[in-house]
Amino acid sequence: MSWWSSPASDTQVTHGDRFWLYVVASVIMLLLVLPTFIVIPMSFSDSQYLEFPPENWSSRWYEVYFGSTKWMRATATSVQVGIITMLVATPLGTMAAYALFVSGHRATRALFLFLITPMIVPVILIAIGVFYAYGRAGLNNTITGLVLAHTAMAIPLVMIVITASLRSYDLNQERVARSLGATRVKAFFLITLPQIRFSVITAALLSFLTSFDEVIIAIFVSGGVNATLTKHMFSALRDFIDPTIAAISTIMVLVSTVLLLMTQFIGAREK
Amino acid sequence: MTAIGIEKTGQSEAPLHAEELHRQQAREQWTLLGLAVPALIIVCLIILIPVGWLFYLSFVGNDGELSLQHYAKMVQYKSYARVFATTFQVSVLTTGICILIGYPLSYFLALLPPRWVGFFMLAVLLPFWTSLLVRTYAWLVLLQKNGLLNDFAMQVGLWDTPVKLVHNMTGTLIGMAHIMLPFLVLPLYNAMKKIDRDLMYAAGNLGASPVSAFWRVYFPLSLPGMVAGSLIVFVLCLGFYVTPAVLGGGRVIMVATQITAILENQFDWGAASALGVVLLIATMLFLYIAGRLFKFDAALFGKN
Amino acid sequence: MPGGECRPAVIFGVSVLADNNNNGSPDTSTALPIHISSLTKKYGDLYALDSVDLEIRSGEFLTLLGPSGSGKTTLLMAIAGFNRPDSGSIRFGDQEVILTPPHKRNVGMVFQSYALFPHMSVAGNIGFPLKLRGVNAAEIEERVTEALETVQLAGLGERGIDQLSGGQRQRVALARAFVFGPRILLMDEPLSALDKKLRERMQIELKILHRKLGVTTVYVTHDQREALTMSDRIAVINHGRLAQVDTPEVIYNHPANAFVADFIGESTMLPLDLDAAGNLTYKGSKVGKTPSGDGAGGWSLVVRPEHLSIMAGKKPGTDQTIAFEGTVIETVFQGETAFSIIAIDDETELQVRFATGSKAKSSYPQSGEQVTLGLARDDVILIPEEDPQ
Repeated sequence: MSWWSSPASDTQVTHGDRFWLYVVASVIMLLLVLPTFIVIPMSFSDSQYLEFPPENWSSRWYEVYFGSTKWMRATATSVQVGIITMLVATPLGTMAAYALFVSGHRATRALFLFLITPMIVPVILIAIGVFYAYGRAGLNNTITGLVLAHTAMAIPLVMIVITASLRSYDLNQERVARSLGATRVKAFFLITLPQIRFSVITAALLSFLTSFDEVIIAIFVSGGVNATLTKHMFSALRDFIDPTIAAISTIMVLVSTVLLLMTQFIGAREK
Repeated sequence: MTAIGIEKTGQSEAPLHAEELHRQQAREQWTLLGLAVPALIIVCLIILIPVGWLFYLSFVGNDGELSLQHYAKMVQYKSYARVFATTFQVSVLTTGICILIGYPLSYFLALLPPRWVGFFMLAVLLPFWTSLLVRTYAWLVLLQKNGLLNDFAMQVGLWDTPVKLVHNMTGTLIGMAHIMLPFLVLPLYNAMKKIDRDLMYAAGNLGASPVSAFWRVYFPLSLPGMVAGSLIVFVLCLGFYVTPAVLGGGRVIMVATQITAILENQFDWGAASALGVVLLIATMLFLYIAGRLFKFDAALFGKN
Repeated sequence: MPGGECRPAVIFGVSVLADNNNNGSPDTSTALPIHISSLTKKYGDLYALDSVDLEIRSGEFLTLLGPSGSGKTTLLMAIAGFNRPDSGSIRFGDQEVILTPPHKRNVGMVFQSYALFPHMSVAGNIGFPLKLRGVNAAEIEERVTEALETVQLAGLGERGIDQLSGGQRQRVALARAFVFGPRILLMDEPLSALDKKLRERMQIELKILHRKLGVTTVYVTHDQREALTMSDRIAVINHGRLAQVDTPEVIYNHPANAFVADFIGESTMLPLDLDAAGNLTYKGSKVGKTPSGDGAGGWSLVVRPEHLSIMAGKKPGTDQTIAFEGTVIETVFQGETAFSIIAIDDETELQVRFATGSKAKSSYPQSGEQVTLGLARDDVILIPEEDPQ
């Protein structure tokens, strides 16, 4: 019996019957993944015009990128803001997720919903609101302002990741630890944290990515020497197609891919 | 008689340690909630106060008095109607494309043996975590006049002269659908995973062909997940900014693009805020409906 | 270390004493009584614990038995300190602990899920409470080894938790709960995750271990057979109130009320009439005298299947037995015993359980057969009828 006529499920359906589905799904998956990776060969093209496949290969756009003070400055800002956001949002989100998960208080559901509003409210509204408020507070074009806003955007993600992992964690372990003589704080750090650590790392990576990739708020509240990479990319995209963007995009795709693969790998380890 | 007896003892001697226990309970609750306070403060500072401020601004007329003039303008001017119509059109079409593409993909993923899911899921998750700007840029490159897609189509003979695929509605829809697809696939996949396989066997056992079992049993059961996923996609489309701004090339004006345009050109905070408030209310309304249908937070991120 | 089979227990006893001193407690006995009075816990309008008074004696094995939602786990968690009651008092010996946080109560606890720490080895798990108490490494190792011997897991200290079987995990959880010498041990349905055979063996092992350690043990279960097997005393709990607290024999043979009679063992309740002479009767035949005490709501006869004997044909009652005539509906063979369901009137069915022995199947009561059931007057259990709640 060939694979084609072998049953695909416990019912009579064979792989042959489902072949069309496999084809359609494969095409869709390719369409999902390929466009993102198309920027990689493009970034190594020698031409001003983005042709595919490139006639001549060169690294000139990378040279432009690494040689430009503007791009380097923006990259530094993005990385800096991303790292600080990660360092702030991860503990804050974890604390909040833990508190709301453990406390049986009536208000927890409402508080949880409130804390994930940054995911719900349209970003454009947050962006102009923050821009307006920062104008009064003098926080526009500052690292602090950007970190605060990105932290708010990252907190819901951290909370969702941590809450999901607490759900699959047996909270009785913490109780046992307390009955064995550990204070609540000790029980958390000695027993709970080591077991949700992979989720905490995942949450941290996602917070970094959230900040690093964020465009809309950055367009409004970042600027001057503290403009982010995404802000410069956005203005470049609106005006003309600069091949330098392909080089930057390639770097960003690699960063995302590596971070995503790390979270997947970590997820597998946690199981 | 007994009731009186119970009341009497209750009054004569206070319940043992009731007060201390109550105080201890309250202290513990507050300590725990205290852990959430820093996060709450940040969300207040970044979301509640600014958005509340905009809400207030939307009701302040150009003369500084409270008025509904910004909302009145939305009803009066044709340009606003056009923006709302475009926003609605783009959102509906994107959602439709996502359903058409996302349903077979989710179904495929739901049928996979568990050990393969992780690998194929990467195809959905990778775009999900790749910068939206990069993906938009990639489509810009692919869809431009002498881009890959036009080259390919002309070589194959689909069309002779380059077709304008970008800086218009087509490009916007392609880019948006690509970006929104994971938001539909993840909840739909989770809903499909929860469908009891035994139901399909039962349907088969009762005489349904695989095709009719699918349409009569599987599809209706996957509907709540699909509706919830579609509502999420729809809502996200409503407030979308980057992709229409770049791939629409100024020809696809949606609410978010209009808000920035008002701020950039007229610096009219009242009008921009009013538009934002309308967007927010529409978003909340649709999310509320989605929430009634599906626990989407768990579905969307439970797998991560 | 040479010695007989009881040696680990002796060593263990010594280390318990040492640890008590370690914790600053001058008490050198190995067990503490628990005094619970007017303990109340409400969830909304529902009483999870309704003014519970319970004296748990020093060193006894007391089981909290009740259906799910009866409040038994709430009570256990209140003793451990994980559930804060609304009011009441819990004393360990002379010490009021109701306001004491769990980590200072010094009670060992075993959960249904075992709650072993998967990121630590077996030895790491068992040594955890000792480490928290600042015991030095050499002594930790020594005491972990002893504890492992006590639960018959000698040599498995370096294993990971995921390398253990269900029964082994159970033992590790147990060792971890007593290694630091608590004078109270709490267990929340610790055997319910095990299969039937292993569960029954662990019941006996737990009982032996309890005797060795001599520590006051409170055990929660919903399994009445487990409660009867293991306990010195059983506290039957329902709707947040204690229905009866007594030894297994008394609980089984002299249930105090309909709930206990129904929950423990199998039984059928037959409402009785009171005749002019003060006798309780069932369908005219005399069952017994009204017991002294409160029977204002009337009395019922509790009939246990194993108390009935089955006789072919119609037989009248005698001085020693009460007779019920009826028709066999069905007979079911269950291995060492079998039971028949017999209708004694249109609404009432009685069950009779009898040993199968070497009887041929043909000699079992057949469906439709007319039989008489005899109940020895010594086996009569009378309970007051419940006030409708």
